[in-house]
Amino acid sequence: MGGRTDVKKLIAALALASATALTLVAGASTAPSQTTSLTIYSGRDQALVKPIMDRFQRESGITLNIRYASSATLATALVEEGRNSPADIYWSQEPGTLGLVAARGLLARLPQKTIGKVPSRFTTRSRRWVGTSARSRVLVYNTQRLQAAQLPQSVWGLTNARWKGKIGIAPTNASFQAFLGATIHLFGESRVRAWLEGLKENDAAFYPNNTTVVQAVGRGDVEVGLVNHYYLYNLLADTPSLPVRNHWFRDGDPGNLVLAAGVGIVASTEKAAAAQRFVDFLHSRWAQRFIARGPGAAEYPVIKGVPRRPGLPQLSSIKGPKYNLGRLAADLTPAVRLLLEEGFIK
Amino acid sequence: VSAQAAATASSPGRRAPLLLVLAAALIGAAATLPVAYLVYRAVTADAAARALVPLETTVELTVDTAALAAGVVLSSLLVGVPLAWLVVRTDLPGRRAWGVAASLPLVIPSFVAALALLGALAPRGLLQNLLEPLGVDELPEITGYWGALAALTLSTYPYVFLLATAGLRAVDPSAEEAARSLGSGRLAVFLRVTLPALRPSLAAASLLVALYVLSDFGAVSLMDYPTLTTGIYARYEALLAIEAAAILALVLVALTVMVVLLAARVRQRGAIYRSTPGAGRQAEVVRLGAWKWPALAFCTTTTAFFLVLPLGVLTWWTVTADPIVGRGGVDWDAALNSLGAALTTALAAAVVVLPVAALAWRYPSRLSRSLERLTLFPSALPGIAVGLALVFFGSRAGFLYQSFALLLAAYLIRFMPYSLAATRASLDAVSPRLEEAARSLGRSPLGASASVVFPLARSGILAGAALVCLSTIKELPATLLLRPIGFDTLATEIWAGTAIGAYSTVAPSALALVAIAAPLVYLLSWRDAWELGAAD
Repeated sequence: MGGRTDVKKLIAALALASATALTLVAGASTAPSQTTSLTIYSGRDQALVKPIMDRFQRESGITLNIRYASSATLATALVEEGRNSPADIYWSQEPGTLGLVAARGLLARLPQKTIGKVPSRFTTRSRRWVGTSARSRVLVYNTQRLQAAQLPQSVWGLTNARWKGKIGIAPTNASFQAFLGATIHLFGESRVRAWLEGLKENDAAFYPNNTTVVQAVGRGDVEVGLVNHYYLYNLLADTPSLPVRNHWFRDGDPGNLVLAAGVGIVASTEKAAAAQRFVDFLHSRWAQRFIARGPGAAEYPVIKGVPRRPGLPQLSSIKGPKYNLGRLAADLTPAVRLLLEEGFIK
Repeated sequence: VSAQAAATASSPGRRAPLLLVLAAALIGAAATLPVAYLVYRAVTADAAARALVPLETTVELTVDTAALAAGVVLSSLLVGVPLAWLVVRTDLPGRRAWGVAASLPLVIPSFVAALALLGALAPRGLLQNLLEPLGVDELPEITGYWGALAALTLSTYPYVFLLATAGLRAVDPSAEEAARSLGSGRLAVFLRVTLPALRPSLAAASLLVALYVLSDFGAVSLMDYPTLTTGIYARYEALLAIEAAAILALVLVALTVMVVLLAARVRQRGAIYRSTPGAGRQAEVVRLGAWKWPALAFCTTTTAFFLVLPLGVLTWWTVTADPIVGRGGVDWDAALNSLGAALTTALAAAVVVLPVAALAWRYPSRLSRSLERLTLFPSALPGIAVGLALVFFGSRAGFLYQSFALLLAAYLIRFMPYSLAATRASLDAVSPRLEEAARSLGRSPLGASASVVFPLARSGILAGAALVCLSTIKELPATLLLRPIGFDTLATEIWAGTAIGAYSTVAPSALALVAIAAPLVYLLSWRDAWELGAAD
């Protein structure tokens, strides 16, 4: 009770803080006008791409406002915002979300010069997006619990009772959904539904993202996990003793799907030149080298002549299923629907 | 809020100034329009969106959400009521200290509670580390229903404790004494007289707890217990399923409204009134005797589990480095953002509710009561529903989108009911005769309010502001949906850390959040402000 001085102190604190807060608000609304700035919607993890963003800002003098979220969330936001979108660039983890945004006329056409820089399987004929790196789906496994020879030769084999309680997946992850979409296209919805039900039967553990899957495999909470190949190297950089390795299924297996991360310029941008500069930067030798061999990085470069990380198999030696990434925009929606219907996303 | 006081405060003869009515109407509309828009989007959603909300999942999520809310209400009553009784009515040694310890977990947001419990009790958490030499290499999972129940009980039982404490102090001891003199034992008196007299306080506390659980997002996510809020967020995050999120949000709002109606019914049944108005006597102090030991054991256990354990885990992580993810630090920018946002919201809420409160206090009418109810309504709205509504709203009104103003609007809509309830409660205690006297001595209407009414209502308004501050600092889901690019708060930073599994690195930020929130709780308990939760 009784504390008149407390009241005075609180009033003083409130006044001071509201003054601070008002300065914050004023600052936020006036800041981006003098120098050129770009608003980037990044589906790529901050932990993976921040140095690239930093270097671009230093070299170009262009300020980046970056919204980090999942590729799907950002695609939804772009569609919801329509022409009002503050975004200039959409950098996604995978081609399906880019395709969906492009299909609604929200991505600008890229110059042939940009498209020509990358292999045709990592872009589309409509030139609305272009690959920035390539990656493969893999099975990670705990080397203390398992020998490579014990691992399944196909992703379909994970429904075998031998893997009960030992599988980790990240159902909300864009690359997992892309893999599922491609598999639905290649093998039909009912077969994929049965596979998902088999995983449920096997008590597959759900994790929020690829990093947490690999960590869980490292701790031995689960023995195997479905992820992209490069997350392992990101964690190995911090913990060289992590008992986890990548495993590829047999040639042509859908579990080896090779995907691309890609970028597009938002059609409503008023800063097309600066946006193009950002896209060009992602294809620069420095950025490509960083994506491929920077600290903790291990993706495949998409520009010729940039070497991959030592120890990785050649990209051409990874035999995924025959699948055109341009189809993903159409195949992603059924994948997400299936995950919701089967309770993988609740 | 006593009806009698309100009646004497009213000036039925006078017409309310038009400007005041317009201002109040604007605020009432602002409080409800975004949700109306959410309803519109949900109702007009196409079949494809509806397919993403399968009936089976919806029923399952609704039942699980309700079961969790019921469980947490029950467990927080079981913890909070005995603690309150021991502190208020008995000669328990160290009563005051136990009382402070019992109210302090209020500063621990549910997601921090969950984080700490996971860190301590997970299969390979700190406790397992301690037990390792004894040959324990794995503890049972604590995620799921029981984990969520524990984390949410931690964050909510103080509501029950504080309201039960206030209720016990207000109970007329003469009814209990009469029952005793008629030969009832102590337990029978407690069950048949004290508990029913506490019914309004406990109903109000249970409602606060239930609303907290229904809108919780952080703890249930971390504990991997899917509820309606996580379902909404999953659809918001999933590809092009945002209208499905709106549909599920509507289900959640419906469930919340049902809970509010249920609480109102429970509260009205079988009230026990004071035999005399005015200052009550103190109830007789119960001598515990040998029961002192089990009572102390109970207090020690709850304090150890709900206060020492979570703060201990966070401190441990702050001072030692995790072998895998290393050590973190306090994110000072985020701390400044949290503080700035909370204080701005509190100040804005205090100002914004004034027209509604003044209108309802000075010019009671059907209109002013409706406007007051409209403004109070969002207290029943889960943060994620408000956030989603403003995402829809903002993305169509381009310039507001991803601005601090829109985030502030979400905080205001969600939390200004607290400010309104506190302001109204304190205004009702001010006699209009005072204002009239000031007017008759030549003060202008505004001058009279500023020099006479405000000083008297000030402590209530400040308590409301403190509660708004506290709630804003702990807010997570609406912040996640609406924060401007690059605007991190302590809550979102902690959340981001948990998403990549870096539990220990966010411990310093979690401790900072608790440290900022603690003085606010002190302010609140200092001004018996707990009744404002009870003030409809």
